[in-house]
Amino acid sequence: MQIYLPIAEVSVNAFLLLGLGGLVGILSGMFGVGGGFLMTPLLFFIGIPPAVAVATEANQIVASSFSGALAHFKRRTVDFKMGLVLMLGGLLGAALGVLLFNYLKSLGQVDLLVRLCYVVFLGIIGGLMFIESLNAILKSRNPGGVKKRRERNLVHSLPFKVRFRTSGLYISAIPPFVVGVFVGILSAIMGVGGGFIMVPAMIYIIGMPTKVVVGTSLFQIIFVTAFTTILHATTNYTVDMVLAVLLLVGGVIGAQVGTQLGTRLKAEQLRILLAFMVLTVCGKLALDLLLQPAELYSLSVAQGP
Amino acid sequence: MTRFLFALFMFSGVMLAQAEEIVLGMSQNEVAITATFDGSNILVFGAIKRDSPIPKVPLHVIVSITGPSKPVVVRRKAQQFGIWLNKDMVEVDAAPSFYAIATTGSFFREVLSETEDLQHNVSINRAISLAGAPKNTPNAQNFTDALIRIRREQGLYQSLEGTVALDQQTLFRTTIKMPASLTEGEYKTRIFLTREGRVLNKFETSIDVRKVGLERFLFKLSRDSPLTYGLLSIAIAIMAGWLASAFFQVIRSR
Repeated sequence: MQIYLPIAEVSVNAFLLLGLGGLVGILSGMFGVGGGFLMTPLLFFIGIPPAVAVATEANQIVASSFSGALAHFKRRTVDFKMGLVLMLGGLLGAALGVLLFNYLKSLGQVDLLVRLCYVVFLGIIGGLMFIESLNAILKSRNPGGVKKRRERNLVHSLPFKVRFRTSGLYISAIPPFVVGVFVGILSAIMGVGGGFIMVPAMIYIIGMPTKVVVGTSLFQIIFVTAFTTILHATTNYTVDMVLAVLLLVGGVIGAQVGTQLGTRLKAEQLRILLAFMVLTVCGKLALDLLLQPAELYSLSVAQGP
Repeated sequence: MTRFLFALFMFSGVMLAQAEEIVLGMSQNEVAITATFDGSNILVFGAIKRDSPIPKVPLHVIVSITGPSKPVVVRRKAQQFGIWLNKDMVEVDAAPSFYAIATTGSFFREVLSETEDLQHNVSINRAISLAGAPKNTPNAQNFTDALIRIRREQGLYQSLEGTVALDQQTLFRTTIKMPASLTEGEYKTRIFLTREGRVLNKFETSIDVRKVGLERFLFKLSRDSPLTYGLLSIAIAIMAGWLASAFFQVIRSR
């Protein structure tokens, strides 16, 4: 069934969108990732204009992160104080990101920016995930490895120290704020929640205990992506509500299915699979930048009220 | 004397032009973009009314549909630092978002002379270059050519030579397929009668293309009050997220 998207002004198959939403939802449920970093490039591939894909994906992530965060609220695995600091940074970052996005859009380079960000970050994340899961598989074959202790670093010598009771930390508020800004910028440019950057940063840079990391990052993502949605909707008019609803219906159902599937399958092998997928998407985007395109020219029509 | 003959000739020409007149019908003068809109076929048909017998020289019919014009930025990619990125650009002041031209014969050879094309702006090239491509950019023509080529591939620009059926020099009909990616607005529809490349009679009407129902509501809201639109989309997302988690909790607790 073809469905016309009122803002993107293209007609796409509704089942394709539901299917994509479902597929990415399953993956996000299985691996505990937001899925924005897979969904946005997939939307490019099926012909949604990049500006619409990025803005609409931010809107969809509001739904999936809210759904995920609810479970963490109940289990009390959210550090609200840390979440607030991350969120303040995130809101500033999102505003900066949208400014940068709109500036490059006026130069006609927004496509390049979004694609470059994707190639760089998907490449790094995919590569790291691949190496890490390969190590994990090797380790599971000969157990008995030694775990390194966390070291004290720069984080502990900065001013503005705050006590984060839920995380059991007494550290400066600057590192989480900076992490928040960085993730906010990415959220606005790439149409992602940024969990895939924030979660490692929270564990390795801020030193938060793993059990509160996911809940706290989801809490931050709700607000930052909601803010990004509003910014894109009011400055670019690029949030497509019909597209968002189709994606999130597929996404929330897929996420629940994925959570069930994930418990039954082996984690390391799954992660290698995910790493492969991330690297494939990255490779496809990189080729688009490196090879001479079939059509050198592109059109852009002024959007506006 | 020659002047008198010339005037007589002109007069008879005018008489001839008025002797054959277009009577038009259309399958629809409105295209409604609904949620399930997947393009639309417009059937343009009509007859030629005349008071005198059919002249020997064959008649030709041109049907053109022009969408609303908007400024378009055309960019060309070039390789820099090993990657392909947008470099040069040309801003076309106005290019129609849709342009279809259907004729009974091949365009310049049989149907319309170039002088008449200059006067009436019928061909696709005329419809765009008229918008005034910048003169200071070298190779600006390449950019307008690219614009036409890209839009042609998207089915937005169509030249349908020889697709107008003309029966008995009197009844004509053609079907023009409008793709799903239409922009809203008034689509100017023109029909020309030509003989030996000259325009005898012209008929103008318009097709109204607009989003209706939910599509219209959402589009208008997003432009008129973007803040409300943004808040509404967030509210929907929050609702959906909450519903999903509540729903699956019920399922799991069983």
